[in-house]
Amino acid sequence: MSTETLTTTKGKPPSPRAGQAKNRRSETRWAIYLIAPSIVLLGIIIGYPIISAIVMSFQKDSGLDASTGMFVQGGFAGFSNYAHWLLQQCTAPTGAVTCPPGNLGSQFWNATFITFFFAFVTVILETVFGLWMAIIMNRTFKGRGLVRAAILVPWAIPTAVTAKLWYFIFSVDGIANSLFNTNILWTSGEWSSRWAIIIADTWKTTPFMALLILAGLQLIPEDVYEAAKMDGTTTMQRFWRITMPLVKPALMVAVLFRILDALRIYDLPAILTGGGGGTGNATTTLSILVVDQIRQGPNSASALSTITFLIIFIVAFIFVRFLGANVVRTQESQQKGKI
Amino acid sequence: MSAIAGPATANAEKRAVTTRAASRSGARRRRGWQTTRTGISALVIVVWCLAPFYWMLVTSLRDVGYTFDTTPWPTHVTLDNYITALSTNLGNHLGQALLNSLFIGACTTLIALLVGTFAAYALARLDFKLKGIILGVILGASMFPGVALLTPLFQLFTNWGWIGTYQALILPDISFVLPLTVYTLTSFFREMPWDLEEAARIDGCTQAQAFRRIILPLAAPAVFTTAILAFISSWNEYLIASQLTTTATQTVTVAIAGFTGSQPHQEPYTAIMAAGTVVTVPLVILVLIFQRRIVAGLTAGGVKG
Repeated sequence: MSTETLTTTKGKPPSPRAGQAKNRRSETRWAIYLIAPSIVLLGIIIGYPIISAIVMSFQKDSGLDASTGMFVQGGFAGFSNYAHWLLQQCTAPTGAVTCPPGNLGSQFWNATFITFFFAFVTVILETVFGLWMAIIMNRTFKGRGLVRAAILVPWAIPTAVTAKLWYFIFSVDGIANSLFNTNILWTSGEWSSRWAIIIADTWKTTPFMALLILAGLQLIPEDVYEAAKMDGTTTMQRFWRITMPLVKPALMVAVLFRILDALRIYDLPAILTGGGGGTGNATTTLSILVVDQIRQGPNSASALSTITFLIIFIVAFIFVRFLGANVVRTQESQQKGKI
Repeated sequence: MSAIAGPATANAEKRAVTTRAASRSGARRRRGWQTTRTGISALVIVVWCLAPFYWMLVTSLRDVGYTFDTTPWPTHVTLDNYITALSTNLGNHLGQALLNSLFIGACTTLIALLVGTFAAYALARLDFKLKGIILGVILGASMFPGVALLTPLFQLFTNWGWIGTYQALILPDISFVLPLTVYTLTSFFREMPWDLEEAARIDGCTQAQAFRRIILPLAAPAVFTTAILAFISSWNEYLIASQLTTTATQTVTVAIAGFTGSQPHQEPYTAIMAAGTVVTVPLVILVLIFQRRIVAGLTAGGVKG
């Protein structure tokens, strides 16, 4: 601040701090004006539905009561909608009873397991392959531009198209079976349909992972490797002692993004295996269960979507809190070019 | 070392030179081997990424009678599949869906940019309390699960008679496009040469003028890249569109997912691949043209389309 030095050297009452505070106050005012529209818009579009979902989740769904055959109006439901999902309880005239088999409520824990299974397997595969791709792309070689262009193609294809594409690849007479000379029912077997989704998801999302990790890799200065080479380290040592610790912040952020994204997986299982796969619910994730429920009882669906939201929130919280994925700080330091 | 070289050390040095030469050629061989390995890995990556896409293109050009032909290059080439994909005879409305997606994507992108640019400017440039929290909130919003919005929106829009209108898709799309826009733009704005703004202000511009006359023209490429990312993420959305649209407003992803053939139990694979190509190729071309900037935007925003 040249004005500050000017005032102090001239011996006038030195008030740089007051000036700064004033400046900051005016910047804060500007910031409020500029940010307010975005926050208000997000508040309306996200905040309002969330609150109404929570309100809805405590209300009964109107409809025919299965046991009495009478039409029941809504009304306050307490936690019965949540109990429906978490404890498989259905309401009956005699009070809460265990739901009959075939009810969507009985699929909750299965869907939770499937969702976490998909998230766990795909994120591990995508992290390993993404790291590998990023390391390759970080090297200088002829045709690096081609690799970087190719890697954007799966990312740019809509997931719905990806699902249809792999649906064709995995069809009984499709290229996957004829290439490997197998007869796997990829889209209707219990485990084969799960693996079909995992493979398609890995294809679609690994490039994104690789790009995020690559951004982290590019921040590691070359001389660190040179110095380590001078000291006679092996490639493996350099990978575990230099690359991994230095790329860890970027990697953690990438993994966090992927986990949150994987936990809400919908498009692939909904299209590739028709929402079910196997005997009907081998690939039913939480998101699919919510959509299945919407037309049967929106209040109950609201409870389930609130549960889903809470699950994702808790996972994110644990990840940020205990594994130290500091998203904002990592991104800022990537901007400044340091870790 | 050479300064104290006697006859004995000279001999040793000669030996050292030969071993060094040997190890240098070994290093060259090793480097050659590494280059080959990198080349093979690069080839594997390219094939893995492009093969399914290539297969879609090849199949889309294949006569429907040869759907499961496994020849790796185009055979029985025909454009019939594209005609089938775009015709409305079988109850598919891909053409209409393309227009819908274009319109919804354009509106969403425009609104998100109009609103988000200001927020991004403030977050990148101004110094104020709660900045970290606001960034966190915006990032959290972009990670928000779509189903948590879908249920209440389905109920609300049914009550309002909005199912099958464009705003019923544009509004939910903004919920994830706006955070993406703000986040990507913020990172772009942080890297811009802001000294020019300072200079303009010294020359007597107000902050608003400096923004409009100096910063906006400079920021145009960043805004454009962000617009592409925003448009792509709206174009690719499926979950909300599959529940809140009717035939008249369905988007391309919904149209492709529900693509029907002439026989109820026979998947029209070749036509679906043609439809997929129509929907995907413009995006892929756009992405490849602006490749560098898009990678920068993707990694800066850390968001998924």
